[in-house]
Amino acid sequence: MIDYIYLTILFPLAGFLINGLFGSKIKNEKIIGIIGSSAVGLSFLFTILSFIQLLNLPIDERTRVVELFTWLNVAGLNIKFAYLVDQLSIVMSLIVTGVGFLIHVYSIGYMHGDKGFWRFFAYLNLFIFAMMNLILGDNFLVLFLGWEGVGLCSYLLIGFYYDRKFEKGTVPEAAKKAFIVNRIGDFGFLLGMFLIYQTFDSLNFLEVFSKAEYFPISETTFSFIALFLFIGATGKSAQIPLYVWLPDAMAGPTPVSALIHAATMVTAGVYMVARASIIFASAPAIMTLVAVIGLLTAFFAATIGLVQTDIKKVLAYSTVSQLGYMFLAAGVGAFGAAIFHVMTHAFFKALLFLGAGSVIHAMHEQQDIRNYGNLKKYMPVTYLTFIIAAFAIAGVPGLSGFFSKDEILWYSYSKGNLTFWIIGALTAVITAFYMFRLVSLTFFGKERFGKDVHPHESPKVMTIPLIVLAFLSIVGGYVGIPEIFSGEGGNALKNWFKPIFAPAEAKLRTFGSHSHFEELLLMGISVAAALSAIYFAYVVYTRKKEIADKTASSVKGLYNTLLNKYYVDEIYESSVIKPILIISEKVLWKVTDNKLIDGIVNGSAKLIYYISIIIRKMQTGVAQFYALIMMIGISVALFWLILTL
Amino acid sequence: MENGSILTYLLITPILGSLILLFIRKEQENLIQWFGLAVSLAAFIISLVMFTNFDQSNGSFQLVEKYLWIDGLNVSYHIGVDGISVLLILLTTFLTPLTLISTWGTIKKNIKLFTFFMLFLEAGMLGVFISLDLFLFYIFWEAMLIPMYFIIGVWGGENRIYASIKFFIYTMFGSLLMLVAIIWLAVDASSQLGYFTTNLLELYKVGPTIARDIQNYLFLAFFFSFAIKVPLFPLHTWLPDAHVQAPTAGSVILAGVLLKMGTYGLIRFNLPLFPQASVEFAPYISVFAVIGIIYGALVAMVQTDMKKLVAYSSVAHLGFVVLGIFAMTVESVQGAVIQMINHGLSTGALFLLVGMIYERTHSREISFYGGIAKLVPVYATFLMIASLSSIGLPGMNGFIGEFLILLGSFKSQVLDNWWFTIFAASGVIFAAVYLLWMYQRVVFGNVTNPKLENLSDMNGKEWLVLVPIILLIFWIGIYPTTFLDITETSTINILEQVQNFTIKLLN
Repeated sequence: MIDYIYLTILFPLAGFLINGLFGSKIKNEKIIGIIGSSAVGLSFLFTILSFIQLLNLPIDERTRVVELFTWLNVAGLNIKFAYLVDQLSIVMSLIVTGVGFLIHVYSIGYMHGDKGFWRFFAYLNLFIFAMMNLILGDNFLVLFLGWEGVGLCSYLLIGFYYDRKFEKGTVPEAAKKAFIVNRIGDFGFLLGMFLIYQTFDSLNFLEVFSKAEYFPISETTFSFIALFLFIGATGKSAQIPLYVWLPDAMAGPTPVSALIHAATMVTAGVYMVARASIIFASAPAIMTLVAVIGLLTAFFAATIGLVQTDIKKVLAYSTVSQLGYMFLAAGVGAFGAAIFHVMTHAFFKALLFLGAGSVIHAMHEQQDIRNYGNLKKYMPVTYLTFIIAAFAIAGVPGLSGFFSKDEILWYSYSKGNLTFWIIGALTAVITAFYMFRLVSLTFFGKERFGKDVHPHESPKVMTIPLIVLAFLSIVGGYVGIPEIFSGEGGNALKNWFKPIFAPAEAKLRTFGSHSHFEELLLMGISVAAALSAIYFAYVVYTRKKEIADKTASSVKGLYNTLLNKYYVDEIYESSVIKPILIISEKVLWKVTDNKLIDGIVNGSAKLIYYISIIIRKMQTGVAQFYALIMMIGISVALFWLILTL
Repeated sequence: MENGSILTYLLITPILGSLILLFIRKEQENLIQWFGLAVSLAAFIISLVMFTNFDQSNGSFQLVEKYLWIDGLNVSYHIGVDGISVLLILLTTFLTPLTLISTWGTIKKNIKLFTFFMLFLEAGMLGVFISLDLFLFYIFWEAMLIPMYFIIGVWGGENRIYASIKFFIYTMFGSLLMLVAIIWLAVDASSQLGYFTTNLLELYKVGPTIARDIQNYLFLAFFFSFAIKVPLFPLHTWLPDAHVQAPTAGSVILAGVLLKMGTYGLIRFNLPLFPQASVEFAPYISVFAVIGIIYGALVAMVQTDMKKLVAYSSVAHLGFVVLGIFAMTVESVQGAVIQMINHGLSTGALFLLVGMIYERTHSREISFYGGIAKLVPVYATFLMIASLSSIGLPGMNGFIGEFLILLGSFKSQVLDNWWFTIFAASGVIFAAVYLLWMYQRVVFGNVTNPKLENLSDMNGKEWLVLVPIILLIFWIGIYPTTFLDITETSTINILEQVQNFTIKLLN
């Protein structure tokens, strides 16, 4: 099956082409939905079969390259459309096609009745196609093809409701913002590729990474490469300073937020850093930067999440924050933990978004959580699955989020330092709080919507994916039980990834041991704090709303700063966007082009014109004048001759 | 057909066609249009035959024909092609029939004369790409100006006279400098070889041996002529005017092929004739190329007229090409050549699309539009594809060119500085800004302008014009090998010529 891995990429492409070219003719939602979903379903099936095959191979044979054809062959550069199947890419593929399939099915219900139904499924399939290229590509350029491709799909899907308003602007503006901010990141990624090519004479993963491991290459070079690549990652994975597009990406339909802006695409940066782990591990300074950026993003985004009132906005900032955790993990060298969190996060965050979609559906497009309340009565399945996901993200022991988050926190201390742990744990507490603020305002308390609204449970085609994801959000963590519980070598996922990350970990090897007691103590503190936060949020937002209001009004400045997301958008607008526009128009176009350059061009034409006016005077057409001039000329000539003789 | 003179057949087809056209009565417009199309298609087919006769593995000039023309001056009718000219010839013969079809129903004034000039123009362009004699080259180079001057001046917009004269004088100024340099070169050859010659192949040996200070002047004379045509910042101000005033067909050919004459000239003449000067000036020229990339993009961003926006985007794109040429690595020059083709396709498609909507509404103002996705979904899709191709999305043609150029310039020993690439790469951000912004304002949102309500979607003729271009856009994006292989040996040849004379400079 591994030899046919490209089929997992081609099925979605076929789905895209069929629905994209003929969807408007097919019209029948069922057929379109089945084509779109089964394309991804088949990909998932092939991925599972490949995974099983990989599982049965001896550990040192679990890296396979499947080549299709040459893409670019110029001078020393030889790039093939080739796909790398190994422990890392297969796990990512399982996540993308599996969660992707569920979201496709869910969308059949969610998008029911939309004029652009076929367009939606075509884009969604195109996205899976691009994402699979990103994950499976065996070189940086195919990865980049996917990287830009998912960006395009993200653009198209954020802008899906292209005639609607969104917050202060419009939906297409949000889409454009996403694309452009991503492009800023891509700029970094491109430079990274150029430097890789210059350094290693190749863009092929296996070749570059083996050279990176063994060749004597300066740390400065590694640092620049890692820095450039990381700029790319901050764009795609919404980290400081390029995270600003993700909250606006919520302008897209909710299944898109679940699939692209939570479960899969936004984790591409984490995947890329993990893929290039050996390069990052060779650049310790950049590793620290990655960890710090991740940590700060996790913390600041979580604080913004505390006060947002739009259900999708809360989840969006939560996503930014959780992605921060993943970079924190990667930055301290726990690449496996980062990917582990990618996986569990895909389950519970997709579930949260789909649940939110179910609620929004039931509430007639109302997204303000202040207008919800007591929905558990009307939508039991949505409620139950949503709260499971919330427990998972809050890190309640036994659920998937606990395992991955705890692993990250532990490494942030054991491979990093105590400060990392403190801020990381604090973020976990805030996360638990804002999640249960959301849960309480939505599902508990009094009904705060009008009598004309009649919430109802969503159809089965939507609730079944919720149930499956809820199941995964519970059990998904048991592939990575910490060794403190499972014994030395008992963490299955860690063992699975070992061959991939071993070279990087060997470079990073840190000495100094930590006791089991330390690990248990820290785990206990963070779990206790998160549980208290859950309880506190529940009490405040179901029964004692006045506490929240009072707190908000007593720290009005801080509250407004959070509500306005630290005014970052405004700062970018006035310090970057406006000046560029003004300079381009007023200085470059209207002055340099029109006045300066054209002034010289037209001026020289005018100059010639005026000179010719003067010279023209000599040609009066009066014969006597010519005779006079001739006489003068002859006299001067004669005079000169006489003088020289 | 005898293979030995296929290039002559190619050249003579549009010339003969344009002459026969003169005998058709003016009123028979349909016949004229079909005849023009038939001639340009014949040229396209001949160019394909030429391509099959071309050996890609051979880097020297092929299909060469040479007949002495002016005895005393050793001027010959000397033509031949290498991979780079083959690709540009194919672009020319590919775009001309499509452009002619696009004018059906849109050019209403004096169709006969227009078709005549288009064929005349095609002959001129082909002549430029196949000449191996500087005298012959110069004749075609100048001859090409005439039809374009009239196409802008007669069939153009309101301000067409200013635009056509500006176009003519700008280019003419450059051409005269080149003429002086050609004569100088030929005279210099006579002191070395013992006879006056304008044979390019012989001058390839003479040029590099000329004293450095003279070589620098000659280099600059050629360079200015080509830089104006490209156009390279700050010599670009004729371009927006010419494009905005030209009819769609004029813009497509102007952007698609005419601008490429400048970059073609740099590769064909400047690099191999004056290798030392090329290496010496490379960093300075690259500075202007990079400024052009950013400047063109920034100014494009604030345009209110769609056509002007596309025109300024050309300045940025051609900046990439010039950077690629003067980075002088195989990657970057290969990228530059493929980018010349790409620009012809993407920008050609954009001009066609702007023209199509202009025909319906008679407005090119961005603010006139909005929300047309609902009215003309097929048009919106085509415009999206053309924009993305111009933005350089991987999987489409634009990316291949930009990537190779940037990759090559990054490792270039001639430039030897990351900053060229870093600044140039920022162009990929701005390209997304101006095109997506325009797209958003024109296509998305709600229809607010009542004049748009009866907008009709693409008709069969328009499909026919755009589909071949779109197919090529993806072909180059997904399997560029077909095209890169054509030019590779020739590119290496030219760079080796530079390398041979500048080995010390490069190390």
